[in-house]
Amino acid sequence: MIAQNCRTIEHNDIGGGYRYLVFESPEMATAMIPGQFVHIRVPALEESALRRPFSVFDAADGLVTVLYKTVGRGTAALNGVKVGDTVNVMGPLGHGFPVKCEGTALLVGGGYGVAPLHLLARRLATPKILFIGGRTKDDLLALDRFKKLGVEIRAATNDGSFGEKGFVTIPLDAAIAELKTKGEKFALFTCGPDGLLKAVADRAIANGVPGHISMDRHMICGVGACYACIQKTVRGNSRCCIEGPVFRSEDLVW
Amino acid sequence: MVDMNVNLGGLKMASPVATASGTFGYGIEYIGAVDYSKLGAITAKGLRVEAWPGNPSPRHAEVPGGLVNAIGLQGTGVAHYLKITLPFFRSKTGKIPVIANIWGGSVEEYAEVARMLDDKVEAIEMNVSCPNVKAGGHTFGQDPKILSEVVSAVRAATKLPLFVKLAPNVPSIVPYVKACEDSGADALSLINTIPAMVIDVETRKPVLANSTGGLSGRAVHPVAVKLVYDAHRATKLPILAMGGIYSAKDAVEFFLAGASAVAVGTATFTNPEAVSNVYDGLAAYCEKHGFQSIRDLTGALES
Repeated sequence: MIAQNCRTIEHNDIGGGYRYLVFESPEMATAMIPGQFVHIRVPALEESALRRPFSVFDAADGLVTVLYKTVGRGTAALNGVKVGDTVNVMGPLGHGFPVKCEGTALLVGGGYGVAPLHLLARRLATPKILFIGGRTKDDLLALDRFKKLGVEIRAATNDGSFGEKGFVTIPLDAAIAELKTKGEKFALFTCGPDGLLKAVADRAIANGVPGHISMDRHMICGVGACYACIQKTVRGNSRCCIEGPVFRSEDLVW
Repeated sequence: MVDMNVNLGGLKMASPVATASGTFGYGIEYIGAVDYSKLGAITAKGLRVEAWPGNPSPRHAEVPGGLVNAIGLQGTGVAHYLKITLPFFRSKTGKIPVIANIWGGSVEEYAEVARMLDDKVEAIEMNVSCPNVKAGGHTFGQDPKILSEVVSAVRAATKLPLFVKLAPNVPSIVPYVKACEDSGADALSLINTIPAMVIDVETRKPVLANSTGGLSGRAVHPVAVKLVYDAHRATKLPILAMGGIYSAKDAVEFFLAGASAVAVGTATFTNPEAVSNVYDGLAAYCEKHGFQSIRDLTGALES
């Protein structure tokens, strides 16, 4: 892990309260494993506010990209960062996804939970399908970026405005059934709201395949020092920032 | 060059700046982000005999001017600490002294933890003031008689420099200071977090799963300065001061009020460089104001 001041290269509002923040750090871009996160000191608040953790959306060519949603005081203040400004970043942090997969990788994302799945898709050499869900088509983020990587996309929206109508588990279950019929191997990778994570973890366990679940818990230190961001696991109270954010489905206690 | 060496109740520190318990893990977590060369000591988070799961989640809430936490002293237990964590810390950081923060569910357990740590670390800090754990923590720190009993028991169990970390939420700190002095403590650590609560008005429920927690950060600083001032006037025991130190100015206030060393806590979460900034700023302050030694700053408050 390193801590450094990084120059902001891009900061784009993509609508719906979502933004890409791109900063320069060849060291972090090289070292970053999909599923790891960065811990950012919010410039306008740096005197007294805690850092904010963000999943890494992309890490390539010396640049690190995070995809975030403006949800509170910290992210609202982060909106004010301009191209050329420096941000203080700690990273790479946490335990990420394995970057190998036997058979097809089924990536399941909800909301900005697609962020770590994008870097994973970039690094995974195996065939992969992104299952993406949201309330409406505006919640389906970064589809263009996944397409650029050549990832097959299967979507579902609650209102049927894009893809299938209903939960993302509908196309996911169809794909799992198809792979099983063909006798093909697969593994599950997910990030998103807790309900989705549990649904994916249950399917990994039920099918006896690897399930890699990225948990989102409020953090303080981001490095394992404070024991705030706890997730119950078979090992007890595990820290999301260092033992996670990515846990194996069979290790999680819901 | 300003002499930055301090002796805190027998603990020799090459820098007057330490880390505060619970904010720096076991000292290994911030390797890579903190300049350890400017640390006089690290304080390892609360240790008891056995591993302890801590409180349910959520365990913290950010508030203006600080942080309310109810971690609940989750920890690995002394045996694991001594076998795995401490040797790793030593291998990575060299000769930085370790202050082991300890707690227990009984007087006997406090003494047992101290015995297990004797000769393995450089000092012991007794936590008798955690607001978030019923069995250990604050039950021992809210009655001078019980405090005497537990400090005496730990004193008998270890030859290490013995610090006692006191609670801020008492009518007067003086009886507690005296109890520590009379029971063989070598130094005082002031202050622990202040009992606090945050309520979510939409759900109308406490934000913390533990309902209540302890406030730390910028907001507690003036409270801590006053308690250090009160304690220093009541005792000759050296004081390790903590509570809302973000910059050297915050630390200087503690020295003037009577501290012999300081610990940075919550500020590290936002700025891991805070500890080294405080060190540099303290040296610069002494230089500017003609103090040849940081030790001359202790209690140098003008009336």
